[in-house]
Amino acid sequence: MTEKIGVYVCHCGTNIAGVVNVAEVSTWAKDKLGENGVVVSRDYKFMCSSLGQELIQKDIKELGLTRVVVAACSPHLHEKTFRNACKGADLNPYLCELVSIREQDSWVHTDKVAATEKAKAIVSGGVARVEHHEALTPLRVPIHPDSLVVGGGIAGIQAALEIADAGYHVYLVEREPSIGGHMAQFDKTFPTLDCSACILTPKMVDVGNHPNITLLTWSEVTKVDGFVGNFAVTIKKKARYIKEADCTGCGICQEKCPKKVVDDVFEAGMGNRKAVYVPFPQAVPKYPVLDRPNCTYFIKGTCKACEKFCPTGAIDFTQQDQDITVQVGNIILATGWDLFDVKRIPQYGYGRLANVFTSLEFERLSNAAGPTGGNVVLRDGKTVPKTVGIVHCVGSRDQNYNPYCSAICCMQSLKFAHLVHEKTGAEVYNFYIDIRTPSKGYEEFYQRLLEEGTHFVRGKVAEVSNVARTPQEEGRLVVQVEDTLIGKQRRIPVDMVILSAGLQARHDAKEVGKLFGISCSADAWYIERHPKLDPVATMTEGVFIAGCAQGPKDIPASVAQGAAAAARVLGKIQQKEIALEPVRATVNADACSGCRICNDLCPFNAILFHEDTMVSEVNPALCQGCGTCVAGCPAGAISGTGFSNEQILSQIEGLLLLNIKAEAVPA
Amino acid sequence: MTEKFEPVIIGFTCNWCSYRAADMAGTARMKYAPNIRLIRLMCSGRLDPTFVFKAFEGGADAVMISGCHPGDCHYVEQNYKALRRFHLMKRVLTQMGIEPGRLKLVWASAAEGAILTDTINKYVEEVRLLGPLNWPAKKIGTVSTPVMEVAA
Repeated sequence: MTEKIGVYVCHCGTNIAGVVNVAEVSTWAKDKLGENGVVVSRDYKFMCSSLGQELIQKDIKELGLTRVVVAACSPHLHEKTFRNACKGADLNPYLCELVSIREQDSWVHTDKVAATEKAKAIVSGGVARVEHHEALTPLRVPIHPDSLVVGGGIAGIQAALEIADAGYHVYLVEREPSIGGHMAQFDKTFPTLDCSACILTPKMVDVGNHPNITLLTWSEVTKVDGFVGNFAVTIKKKARYIKEADCTGCGICQEKCPKKVVDDVFEAGMGNRKAVYVPFPQAVPKYPVLDRPNCTYFIKGTCKACEKFCPTGAIDFTQQDQDITVQVGNIILATGWDLFDVKRIPQYGYGRLANVFTSLEFERLSNAAGPTGGNVVLRDGKTVPKTVGIVHCVGSRDQNYNPYCSAICCMQSLKFAHLVHEKTGAEVYNFYIDIRTPSKGYEEFYQRLLEEGTHFVRGKVAEVSNVARTPQEEGRLVVQVEDTLIGKQRRIPVDMVILSAGLQARHDAKEVGKLFGISCSADAWYIERHPKLDPVATMTEGVFIAGCAQGPKDIPASVAQGAAAAARVLGKIQQKEIALEPVRATVNADACSGCRICNDLCPFNAILFHEDTMVSEVNPALCQGCGTCVAGCPAGAISGTGFSNEQILSQIEGLLLLNIKAEAVPA
Repeated sequence: MTEKFEPVIIGFTCNWCSYRAADMAGTARMKYAPNIRLIRLMCSGRLDPTFVFKAFEGGADAVMISGCHPGDCHYVEQNYKALRRFHLMKRVLTQMGIEPGRLKLVWASAAEGAILTDTINKYVEEVRLLGPLNWPAKKIGTVSTPVMEVAA
């Protein structure tokens, strides 16, 4: 055995030592794995501490260790730490192996003897593997200074502005005709009751005018190639049928268009728009979009009223969808949320009972720029409600729909209650399970509502119906609810019901996630790299998430995440280049038979075939290191660094050095 | 014989999903049987069938392969290649006289620590019923490589 291996077993306080007998593992490694090259084996309370690292470094220098095995936590946590420690002692960082005896052993097993034996097996696997490690150097690739932000809601706007203000170019892609997202639909924002548009639209204008921002609305990302630092992103710019260069945004086309369409997106079905339209007056950009499926010209072949009246001749019925490819170094996904479909809860009567509204419908109703000019009225458009019921947790915190809390509905419902009270003087009932107001100024807002005289009924609403049992219920909606504070069933007649529907991941979140190579939780929210310590990064280098795409959150949290993601991107850009793990495949040209099996196995087209020499070659810049070609090569001509056949086969041998039958008899 | 048979299972995990699911199971302190020992690969597509046979040869009673759900592969589609090889290996194992139940494939995303934990627990019981593999002849405490020796 030519390698000198040091084994370091971490106690991790009692996290490991509480279950695994670390001293025994350490002694065993020294005694039994001596012939495998182990020259020193130690255990220490916290290997990742500076003292623990110094211990390793001292041994490397004094004993001339050529390999290091640390038995501690998951490599996803501290692999870098121990690699850097080795580097500090002039040992190539890739000659260190971190094996997990915490996440995969002490934390998941209770039997101390079995856990200790398993730890020995894991250490033995690491020792066998590390012998075959090679000294490697990380690949350095330059970072393209441009960035892509997907989604023009408040989180995406914030992220784009932060990056652009720092002097770097941003492509902001938005699916809808205008940026602004859901925030643009809202009337007031809790708990301060600032007007949503008043605080949002200046930022939208900034985005529209910023020299460092290329705004691509009515566009969608269709393809993402490459990797961190060098993504090639294909964006489909859908045909607007408007020549942007000529359009002045005067709005005459919209005025003259004879076709009215119910606006399901911006007005949440509460109002109409034309077939050629700007979703709302403050839209950015100001250019309208011609809605082809609803346009009379495209349906019947005649009309062209917009073209006739356009003073600058900006209407172009021949426009086609355009594919644009941009190079970016980093990507931020701020794709937002969808409203829970309240029709899924039929007993709440939405769609059947006219005066049951969704939260977004109420936002539009209450908005001064909305279809009723801000008058809170029933579906007939004129009757002012005298009593209003607001149902919390619709589709949230419900095992039948979404088990999670949507985070914003309590405050949103309180806001609605305040607005109804202020605008109509109506009596307001809030039906809640628990009131959750855990942010700055939120609890105070709740107290204010209590003082305003809003009724709070603690109980999950069973049903909203129009079936009267008493004369006073006649012609009204009846909310059937168990008031759990008094332990009684109550029937409360109201004129209007607002369903405070929860937030859901975008309906296409999974497909979009796949496009960018990031994963979703079971509820289809994007998964962050670490739920506490790395909330805006993802497992995919160079792809960040912000806002509600990551999970339900309010406006301040979305803004904070947008800025945080931007800061992460700026940090990457500032580094100018990034070190990539040197886990790559290489073809041994002498052994390659030129069968080309590997060529088709690679999804990244990283394997080139040289027709002249009849051998394949891996392009290290494109190779992502999955190792499928290594496993697939019938000639064994491809080797993969970091996970070579020798490394894996030795690890298998090492892991099986002890079997469980022997463990049953403690030494 | 009153002593309970404790199988040894080698598990191959993908760096991006199932290895992280195992990490998650650990962080959440979910409990599973200590009979499984995991090996990290970058992708289930890296799984060379030799690894599986090596594990059996070294004394493992069963092998578990885990990867990202179909369609969720970090490397686009390499888990499908693992799936192909899995079916092929099952056939080969049957031809060698080894119960195909000694090889298992499970899809577990990074969020599915509970699924991984459940699968491991169930699988340990399944293998317990199958009994020890004893193939070709398991030597306690040493790594026997008779096949290699014959080949040499």
